[in-house]
Amino acid sequence: MCTTCGCGIGQTRINGQSMPSRHRSNTRLRYRPMQSAHDPAHEQAAAPVTADHTTDTLHFGTGIAGTHAPGMSQSRMVKIERDILTKNNQFAAENRRYLAEHCIFALNLVSSPGSGKTTVLVKTIEMLRGRFPIAVIEGDQQTDHDAARIRATGVPALQINTGKGCHLDAHMIGQALQQMPIRDNSLLFIENVGNLVCPSGFDLGEAHKVVILSATEGEDKPLKYPDMFHAADLMLLNKCDLLPHLTFDVDLAISYAHRIHPGLPVLQISATLGSGMQAWIDWISAECHRAAAASQLPQHIDSTLG
Amino acid sequence: MHELSLAESILQLIEDAAVEQQFTQVKTVWLEIGQLACVEQESLRFFFTVVTEDSIARQAKLEIIDIAGQAMCDQCHQVMMIATYHQACPQCGSYALHVTQGDGMRIKELEVE
Repeated sequence: MCTTCGCGIGQTRINGQSMPSRHRSNTRLRYRPMQSAHDPAHEQAAAPVTADHTTDTLHFGTGIAGTHAPGMSQSRMVKIERDILTKNNQFAAENRRYLAEHCIFALNLVSSPGSGKTTVLVKTIEMLRGRFPIAVIEGDQQTDHDAARIRATGVPALQINTGKGCHLDAHMIGQALQQMPIRDNSLLFIENVGNLVCPSGFDLGEAHKVVILSATEGEDKPLKYPDMFHAADLMLLNKCDLLPHLTFDVDLAISYAHRIHPGLPVLQISATLGSGMQAWIDWISAECHRAAAASQLPQHIDSTLG
Repeated sequence: MHELSLAESILQLIEDAAVEQQFTQVKTVWLEIGQLACVEQESLRFFFTVVTEDSIARQAKLEIIDIAGQAMCDQCHQVMMIATYHQACPQCGSYALHVTQGDGMRIKELEVE
């Protein structure tokens, strides 16, 4: 963890090299500590945790709203009115601009650990290799195992290790784009950290988030982790070759996903056996076509895929 | 865990404001957090304390204003309050809801000296 502020940057590594801090402030900040460490007016009241005894569920984060009470005479109010994710969104906008300028179509693959993201990627690369340039950015807390699997296919891969971090953010992707020579008219796959919660809120500058759910997980994952399914533009239901051996109810899983995200397209695939993968390739082609028609994107990729 | 990143983002926005608005101490930070936003408030409070240690916002009080979730039904256009993404329209039962409020998180204002 970074000792300046406690952020996770200190352990973030790209291909094993430390990443520069995003603390870019050129202006030296002056600050005064509070006069009293125990000002009763500023004591933090613990927000309640409500217990739902009928269902044995604890609900966190149900604390009441704070009241607005400007205090001492020297104090003044400063309006900020900015999204907390403003900084990330600025980096994401820079990434999106860079990708558009270089006609790179980027997809952000998100899922829980073990759903088969890397296997889907390897299979996708096998089906598309040689037709146009592909690049991959891998995100994991530790190791470069996934990047090694991608590189074994002959496609360039850059590994981001987030250390204690639980997601990729747009600043990391910006750094990766600077370090990684990605050819114009490429497809860029970003494999996010295996985590069905945190990556949902962080725009990386990608064209689409693609969520992967596997048949070995529960059908109710979309209800349990709604933010990710709400943020995604496509759901891949992977490991469908195992369905005969499982009790997984495909229709129920899709109906749950549609409760969270009405109209979310769902493709049933098996990355291992290759079934359904052509529909996934067709989806990439169609979205590339749509992006190219909308503005800036890879006519070259589109014609190759189409 | 991403609350750590959110807390750091809040501190960055505060430090930017400190340069622009010339203040040297933050006493209170008001946040507006939507009920549907992907953030756990108690975790955010904890990490805010961690990241603001030795900063301009050290010991600042964090006030969180909850913004209720609101959605409109795509089928019957009923407007309703929602607490989760998987709620159905109380009027027609459809799940095709369009969120209109309560999925964001913002820094609203600061009390500073």
